[in-house]
Amino acid sequence: MKSAVIVFPGSNCDRDAKVALEDVTGGEVVMQWHGDADMPDVDLIVVPGGFSYGDYLRCGAIAGNSPVMREVKKRADAGTPVIGICNGFQVLTEVGLLPGILMRNANLKFVCKDVHLSVETESSVFTGKYKKGQVIRIPVAHHDGNYFADENTMKALNDDDRIAFRYVSADGKRGNGANPNGSMDDIAGILNEKRNVLGMMPHPERLVDSALGGTDGRPMFEGLLAAVS
Amino acid sequence: MKAKVHVTLKNGVLDPQGKAVQHALAGLGFEGVEDVRQGKFIELELSETDPAKAEAQAEEMCKKLLANTVIENYAVEIIEG
Repeated sequence: MKSAVIVFPGSNCDRDAKVALEDVTGGEVVMQWHGDADMPDVDLIVVPGGFSYGDYLRCGAIAGNSPVMREVKKRADAGTPVIGICNGFQVLTEVGLLPGILMRNANLKFVCKDVHLSVETESSVFTGKYKKGQVIRIPVAHHDGNYFADENTMKALNDDDRIAFRYVSADGKRGNGANPNGSMDDIAGILNEKRNVLGMMPHPERLVDSALGGTDGRPMFEGLLAAVS
Repeated sequence: MKAKVHVTLKNGVLDPQGKAVQHALAGLGFEGVEDVRQGKFIELELSETDPAKAEAQAEEMCKKLLANTVIENYAVEIIEG
């Protein structure tokens, strides 16, 4: 399995993503510079976390218009799995690969802590190795993770089983402060219509090795490896 | 030719920064501030000399980059001369 990690000026989770992918898939990971649209054929594209272009104008807005993202959009439309993590999620909404937008956290604070997520669907290459309803613990670190979409979009996400993860408490319940950023419907991650694009605010790439405090992010990359092998 | 662009949040979209500013104003003793909405002001210097074309250009820029129309409205004002 060969993967690409997109690198923008200001990306800071790109190396974590590379290390996680190399560890789980054992395959080559290409670091793809944002100005270079000439990307090799890959089985997975990761748009990593960070502060691309210093979050100027809006989070992800400038990155969304970079040459490589036009290529990422083409590959996604052709079926290549794409994950946008944190700032990568923001970039994917700006490009139009995912609906809605990530707004400033409702409490206006940068939130950096472990959160619990419930896996809301098993039917995607990203979540197939989890069980529906399973509670996993993954860290978040963001200032703009407050997911917002209009009524029709929210209905479509719910009706089409496109909500991948929701913020919950450790025992799997919604509410009571489990949502760290005020996102609509406690959304932590969503899928596109074709289910080959995932955007999520939490960082699964940070939890693939027990030496780093947990392995709840590992099944995502194992699932992708199984799906493309 | 100058284009002045205002980008504002759509009605119904919660503006936590505006709310924080409103509370801070109240804390400073400014009474009667019933709502605060925070937005962006962008000034463009354009080489285009036809005002209608300049406006059309600026509108296109708003749609493609300057505003995210999921949550934001934009208004373009062309200043001649």
